[in-house]
Amino acid sequence: MAEETRKNNPNAVEDISMYKKQSQFVQAWDRLRKNKVAIAGLVILVILILGGIFAEQLAPYGYDDQDVMRRFTAPCREFPFGTDNLGRCIYSRILYGARISLLIGFVATGMGAVAGTILGAFAGYYGSKTDNIIMRFCDVLQAIPSLLLAIAIAAALGSGLFNMMLAISIGAIPRYARTVRASILTVKDQEFIEAAHAIGASDARIILKHIFPNCLAPIIVQVTLGVAGSIINAASLSFIGLGVQAPTAEWGSMLSAGRQYVRDYWFVVMFPGLAIMTTILSLNLFGDGLRDALDPKLK
Amino acid sequence: MAEILRVEHLKKYFKTPAGLLHAVDDVSFSIEKGKTLGVVGESGCGKSTLGRTILHLLDSTDGKIYFEGQDITNVTKSQLKELRRNMQIIFQDPFSSLNPRMCVSEIIQEPLEIYKAYSDKKEMLRRVAELMNTVGLAPSLAGSYPHELDGGRRQRIGVARALAMNPKFIVCDEPVSALDVSIQAQILNLMQDLQEELGLTYVFITHNLSVVKHISDDILVMYLGKVVEYSSGEALFEHQYHPYTKALLAAIAIPDIDRQNERILLKGEISSPVNPRPGCRFAPRCEYCTAICRKKAPVMEEIVPGHFVACHHVRKINGMSEEK
Repeated sequence: MAEETRKNNPNAVEDISMYKKQSQFVQAWDRLRKNKVAIAGLVILVILILGGIFAEQLAPYGYDDQDVMRRFTAPCREFPFGTDNLGRCIYSRILYGARISLLIGFVATGMGAVAGTILGAFAGYYGSKTDNIIMRFCDVLQAIPSLLLAIAIAAALGSGLFNMMLAISIGAIPRYARTVRASILTVKDQEFIEAAHAIGASDARIILKHIFPNCLAPIIVQVTLGVAGSIINAASLSFIGLGVQAPTAEWGSMLSAGRQYVRDYWFVVMFPGLAIMTTILSLNLFGDGLRDALDPKLK
Repeated sequence: MAEILRVEHLKKYFKTPAGLLHAVDDVSFSIEKGKTLGVVGESGCGKSTLGRTILHLLDSTDGKIYFEGQDITNVTKSQLKELRRNMQIIFQDPFSSLNPRMCVSEIIQEPLEIYKAYSDKKEMLRRVAELMNTVGLAPSLAGSYPHELDGGRRQRIGVARALAMNPKFIVCDEPVSALDVSIQAQILNLMQDLQEELGLTYVFITHNLSVVKHISDDILVMYLGKVVEYSSGEALFEHQYHPYTKALLAAIAIPDIDRQNERILLKGEISSPVNPRPGCRFAPRCEYCTAICRKKAPVMEEIVPGHFVACHHVRKINGMSEEK
């Protein structure tokens, strides 16, 4: 068809702006909206975040209000999720805990993912010596078990929320760096990268516009899984006293503190565990949907 | 006619674990404006490397490249960017040469963005529409993604991208070998039309001899990084002097049932371009090979005016009087 148009009327230039679709983000959002499972994940995630933000309004008790006479109360009307070994309302603590846990999950993962992605991008794109230096650095980090590394860093920096997030994120860097480097290596040798060089695109433009969008899928998957890992690692650090200090509510530490009572009182660990599980599940659902939505090939 | 590109003794060696790979070894030629130089040879003979080295997608090892009389062998980054306005490339595989995450109009407008050719977005889109029209793409495809289109249309996108900044010179790296035969003809005709309209100069790299006959003014025959024969296309198809070219052209399939072609079958495999032995590269497979061929590399000689051949025995093979 098009070929004929050209021959019949070589000077016809139609306005193509009407055929141009909206920006990539609008398109991706359109595709995401059609994916019910992903939207369900997003909704749950938003509810959890809102729960954390409005904890003061939603929680019937404060996170450190104790009622020692009523410790280990099973879930009832007064305490929807029961009370723990100090008689604190577990429901209220989960709401307050969402603040810290989600913060740790997102910020620690985010820092690790950003640092890892940048390092991996440099290693994969420039290759040779740069690659060698960065990847050997990652080898060193990976040689130490991530939790031990986090403990060492947290101990060196001192306890506290930010130091803990930093400790966790550093341990996560090699994973992201490796993932990004591997996918950049596969994309880098394709002809459209050479084509971009040929039309005079700068290195920054090639990395940001051509390589990065084509490497996004594995990063998203890693990040959504990484959030869960960060929350669990934070719990371990809190458990040995390097993270959030008691009585501050945090899902991981609630889980580990309740562990010794699990035989007699299921609800002490059940609800914090469910909270973590719901977060991770919703993140994975949303992450999968996001990955698909960002790929124009999957419509 | 004015000369647009001249290449002198161009060399491109790659370092490999096994040794130095001589991908392009001492290649010289020149092209006049508006003409097409066909580069033929079998896979791995350095055709694509030659094209990429001219465009500085690969750094040359040695030799000189002149574009419009200027030495462009060593250029700075900003000079290179300017140069690429004028020198473009069309790639072989339309399936991997387009970014799968960009739609047609984004791909075509990218060079315009890079050179900040238009400050007004509307005008830029107009130019994109114009380009799409030039290469015969329907305007309604502007928002499509490459994976939604067939090979021919994808290759048209590649052509439009190369044309965006009005280049003078285009390296076509096997632009039709990944396409169906019917689409090959479409793209070839399109490229010839464009050459006429816009006065383009092509270096046309291919292993398809029918294609090269169809499109080229001059032909460069390469074997293992070396030029073995270089002449005008007509003269080459009329008479071949180098034993390799003879064998190559004898292999063209002619769709005629009564005609019995005399095939020249080459013995053996193409030898390795890594640390090549001294002497003629073609010697191990050549039926006329003698001691001198294994010792000394032949130089290009003008056998008849405008017809260059690199072979020690060219006159003997072709029954011409020995004159040196």
